[in-house]
Amino acid sequence: MKMNRTAGTICLAAALALGTAACKKKTPIAPPAAPITSGNTDTVDPNAGKLKPAILSFSVEPSSIERGQSATLRWSVSNANAVSIDNGIGEVQGAGTRRITPIESTTFRLTAAGPNGTISGTATVNVTGTAPTNTGLAPAGTFEQVVNSQLSDALFDYDGNTIRSDAQQALNKDAEVLKKIFADFPNRSVIVEGHCDERGSAEYNLGLGDQRASSAKAYLVQLGVSGDRLKTVSYGKERPQCTEANDDCYQKNRRAHFSAGQ
Amino acid sequence: MVSGKVIRSLLLIPFSIALAFAQGNLIQSVISKGGGKPNLAVTDFRGTGGAQPLMNAFNGTLFSDLETSGLFNMVSKSFYPLQNPQRPEELKPTSGQGMALVDWAGAPVNANWLAFGYNAAQGGQLVLYGYLYDTAQKTAESAQAIGKRYFGSLDDSGARKVAHEFAADIIQKFGGGSLIGSHIYFVRETGRTKEIWQMDYDGQNQRPLTHSGSLSIMPAVSPDGTKLAYTSFASGTPKLSLISTESGRPLRFYNQEASLNATPSFSPDGKTLYYASSASGLSQIYAANLDGTNFRRVSVSKAIQVEPKVNPKGGVIAFVAGPGHQQIYRMNMEGADMERLTNGEGEASNPAWSPDGRLLLFAWTRGYATGGFNIFLMDPSTREYDQLTSNAGRNENPSWAPDGRHLVFTSNRTGIFQIYTMLADGSQLQRLTSSGVNRSPVWGK
Repeated sequence: MKMNRTAGTICLAAALALGTAACKKKTPIAPPAAPITSGNTDTVDPNAGKLKPAILSFSVEPSSIERGQSATLRWSVSNANAVSIDNGIGEVQGAGTRRITPIESTTFRLTAAGPNGTISGTATVNVTGTAPTNTGLAPAGTFEQVVNSQLSDALFDYDGNTIRSDAQQALNKDAEVLKKIFADFPNRSVIVEGHCDERGSAEYNLGLGDQRASSAKAYLVQLGVSGDRLKTVSYGKERPQCTEANDDCYQKNRRAHFSAGQ
Repeated sequence: MVSGKVIRSLLLIPFSIALAFAQGNLIQSVISKGGGKPNLAVTDFRGTGGAQPLMNAFNGTLFSDLETSGLFNMVSKSFYPLQNPQRPEELKPTSGQGMALVDWAGAPVNANWLAFGYNAAQGGQLVLYGYLYDTAQKTAESAQAIGKRYFGSLDDSGARKVAHEFAADIIQKFGGGSLIGSHIYFVRETGRTKEIWQMDYDGQNQRPLTHSGSLSIMPAVSPDGTKLAYTSFASGTPKLSLISTESGRPLRFYNQEASLNATPSFSPDGKTLYYASSASGLSQIYAANLDGTNFRRVSVSKAIQVEPKVNPKGGVIAFVAGPGHQQIYRMNMEGADMERLTNGEGEASNPAWSPDGRLLLFAWTRGYATGGFNIFLMDPSTREYDQLTSNAGRNENPSWAPDGRHLVFTSNRTGIFQIYTMLADGSQLQRLTSSGVNRSPVWGK
């Protein structure tokens, strides 16, 4: 891994300006503040002595994707006890990966802070393609794109898994969309995620989210959607889409949500 | 069936402790080991040579361990005499300055017991000479309850080690169990990942045990402290995982086919895992061997069930279930004789049996808005209960310390969930974490 700030920055600028994958081979990385003597350090060493924090690697692969596709952020730092990445990712471990699905070209900044200083570096992913058109059943791009843009959440009452009338309307439409998706993408499955608001206990909500996902799936299967290609998962209250403590947010989080499966 | 709230006299509770609640009978039965608390004075220990820079860590740890034990009235240092002994040989029959036991026994100190001693750097090691004396005795010989040497490394961690060991010896003299060597396991959230972490019971030496880059949540520790079971999303759906607490190494576990296998706990003999599984289509209580084989359904109901906890004395499983708002239930080991323990008010979760199997800690929203959990203590044989936290954010996931008197829990009283310990009467509150968002603590050996 080469550590040349100038080259990395120029490369980044070029990638941003041209919107191309011109820098695919050279991942932009910040310079190390201390000499790197060996390979990757997998964990943040709390006893790092006087060494300054260093970014051993920070990359996004692939560096160019079409809208709706995913890329992977990969990083490794040393001599840091607090590592974070902006654009909504937040605090992370000293080394790791994160799957991202940005809807537009995005530059991620990684900041590593240790007892002896702070350092940051950037990695950019270029997103090409037009915004997904939301025109009902019109054909539109990749499997992920279609699943993410054309399927609506089914919402639930507090502590409930009954498919209420607004959820029926959403799922009736979802059933038609799913049939078309499964016809267009014969080898893929869709995940029905069950979510809860933050008020009940995390443990009980895992059971409740499981019920919501299976209730939504059962409703869809009854409408003729292939049950074999609908997988369920409960996230309980572990993956809220909003975190405000008010009724609007609570309702948004009490949902069955669709995501792309294998 | 609320117990009569018994206001404890100020003689039993140091006035420095802010008590939000009058103390109930249950709490008293947990906290008091019979009789009033002795008054204990602890001198500031000095160190010779290389030991001197370590005395801040030493004195802080010793005082904190003794104070948080809840077994003593710690005499305020502002009442101490000007001088204090470091070695028994220095004690005089009379002094007036602090070099005689009578100086500590009389007003304004009024100490029943005096802990004193010193630290020395000897041969590259830290050596603590620790003494505990009964101030009512006439002679130094008859007054000595503890006189012992303790050895540690010549650094802050060595100073904390010898302080912990000396404090444990003192606590043991007064019937308290030792927390030394016990660990607290918890979930730290950073960004979109949650990992299981470990720390000493006083918050020292925090380190991650899992590196899943995913959701690793709801830990349970085996009775011998060697194994940790938790709920992992690493494969996409919630499944059970087991690891060694020493190495963090994964242990082989076969997950039965289900969209959900979660909220594990160990049986008292450490040989069986109890958990919630949706294998039947609805989350119900199951049991399996520690490698996941021989799995079997324990309960049959039409309501969501999670969080099975086998009583340490056996025979009974406490768990959380619907229908409707979640409540605490119990059943026998065959899943029969199901009975609700909480009265149906609010929502209840997180049952945790005391080490003697007599009492249940749990979280309950009784008296508060939905989601307003507080820690409660119940005697299931009478349904009598006491509330341990109030008006301090959301408080959840209580877990007993091995001594059966302290508990650890999570609270967002500062705005962010952090891990706290306290005595069951709400006193000796200690915040153990500050970095990240921290939840779901369990206290293990």
